[in-house]
Amino acid sequence: MAERRPGRYVARLIVVVYLFLLVAWPLFLVGQNTFDGGLENLRSIVEDPDVVHALRLSLMVAVIAVVINTVFGVGISLLLVRYEFPGKRLLSALLDVPLSVSPIVVGLSLVLVYGGRNGWFGPTLEDAGIQVIFATPGIVMATVFVALPLVIREVVPVLEEVGDEQEQAARSLGANGFQTFWRITLPAIKWGVTYGVVLSLARSLGEFGAVKVVSGNVLGETRTATLVVEEKYLNFDKGGAYATAFLLALVAVAAIVVVSVLRPKEEDR
Amino acid sequence: MTTATLAPDRSATRRSARGGRRLDRYSGLGLGVAMLWFSLLVLIPLTAVVVTASEGGWGGFWDAVTNEQTAAAIRLTVGTALGVTVVNVVMGTLIAWVLVRDRFFGKRLLEILIDIPFALPTIVAGLVLLSLYGPESPLGIDVHNTRIAVFLAFLFVTLPFIVRTVQPVLAELDREVEEAAASLGASRFTTFRRIILPSLTPAIAAGAALSFARGVSEYGSLVLLSGNLPMRTEVTSVRILSSIENDNLDNASAVAAVLLAISFAVIVILDIIQRRVIRRG
Repeated sequence: MAERRPGRYVARLIVVVYLFLLVAWPLFLVGQNTFDGGLENLRSIVEDPDVVHALRLSLMVAVIAVVINTVFGVGISLLLVRYEFPGKRLLSALLDVPLSVSPIVVGLSLVLVYGGRNGWFGPTLEDAGIQVIFATPGIVMATVFVALPLVIREVVPVLEEVGDEQEQAARSLGANGFQTFWRITLPAIKWGVTYGVVLSLARSLGEFGAVKVVSGNVLGETRTATLVVEEKYLNFDKGGAYATAFLLALVAVAAIVVVSVLRPKEEDR
Repeated sequence: MTTATLAPDRSATRRSARGGRRLDRYSGLGLGVAMLWFSLLVLIPLTAVVVTASEGGWGGFWDAVTNEQTAAAIRLTVGTALGVTVVNVVMGTLIAWVLVRDRFFGKRLLEILIDIPFALPTIVAGLVLLSLYGPESPLGIDVHNTRIAVFLAFLFVTLPFIVRTVQPVLAELDREVEEAAASLGASRFTTFRRIILPSLTPAIAAGAALSFARGVSEYGSLVLLSGNLPMRTEVTSVRILSSIENDNLDNASAVAAVLLAISFAVIVILDIIQRRVIRRG
């Protein structure tokens, strides 16, 4: 059904060249730079205990953030789609706010409230023995903040599409709320949840600006993988920077490929 | 593909379009817990920024944002984000068009390339661009530490927005109307301008608003690429960070409030676009 017109080929060519120059080629070069001297760059980072610690910290923070955002996201999506309450429209708009706030502002806002010295709640929490800023809880909060809308955005459209007839039927047959959710709702939205989780994981592993503000960037303690990339590059260890960046890029690309392969194509339906 | 991720107008419209049951005891409790968490994590901290910014009074706020270096950073950020958005309106619409209407080998690869800037860590994005457009560029193009680098970084991170908002709308467009217009003698250009463009405008506008907001708030991809030279390539987020590092949180909050105001304006604009679309459709 594609028409054979020269304009079509020109458009195709422009798009391919544009994406090649903006995304594909630069991305390929990072891989090339990583394997410049064979596996040397990769070996240098996996043998560096501080980098390994940073990778572990990033992974742990990302997993915690994804769990929190998945529970919160599925819950709030159910409330938004299945229930009626005042302020629903406003809440729905506010939930998208984290997508358009600068990561530096996210970090600043958390420091203002949870900062140990002058924060609104920080000194009280510190008296109770909980340090948020310059510690892992702060890194987790910053990560949860920036990835907050992703699960909701995937689950809400699916919930709306499946409707609630089956849930009503289950309830009328005597299923309680939990049974209805576990047996009916969750299987129906599982792919939406999966996409949300995969995208959140990629986003969480890669958060940089907000984490930089709240973490204090202490070597071997609160330095995450993205902070290692910056640190290595600025200290002229380009090999190490490229290798760490390569690992992070690998996860991001894998996440996009997984979602793209799993998601049913519009035209295939 | 990942349309739902980046098409806020559609999901948000649908979110509020249909009603449901009233809250019972458990769902009410759930909403309460969710709201408490959301307030502690997002609403109270963002309020703290605005409150801290206003503590110094209007004079203090005005002094902070009209400081020569800060004003230059804000001008650069907003100006570059506007320019990038204009490029995205053209290129994003063209890419969406090719993805929907054209069929060729390797199209799925392009679909994946479009989403990569969304998932790639921003610091990695900076390094990625630096490898082709930096000092060791195989093309011999070195833009690092220039304003072009800021433009390039914004272009990279905002790539998916207009493509992903326009694509689903274009896919659902009725081809028969176009064929009718063509059979009545309209040229391809006239058909595009009079038939296709009007139906795409809300999606383009929504994507443009998101792309602008993302550009204005960008930080990570610039760290290695733009050099953050004061008065030259320093963007607003970097200004805020240096205030934070100098322990001048009042100043940081004042500048952050400007960025928040821009984000808020974008959300309001998106909401207006969505309402218009609902009324029409």
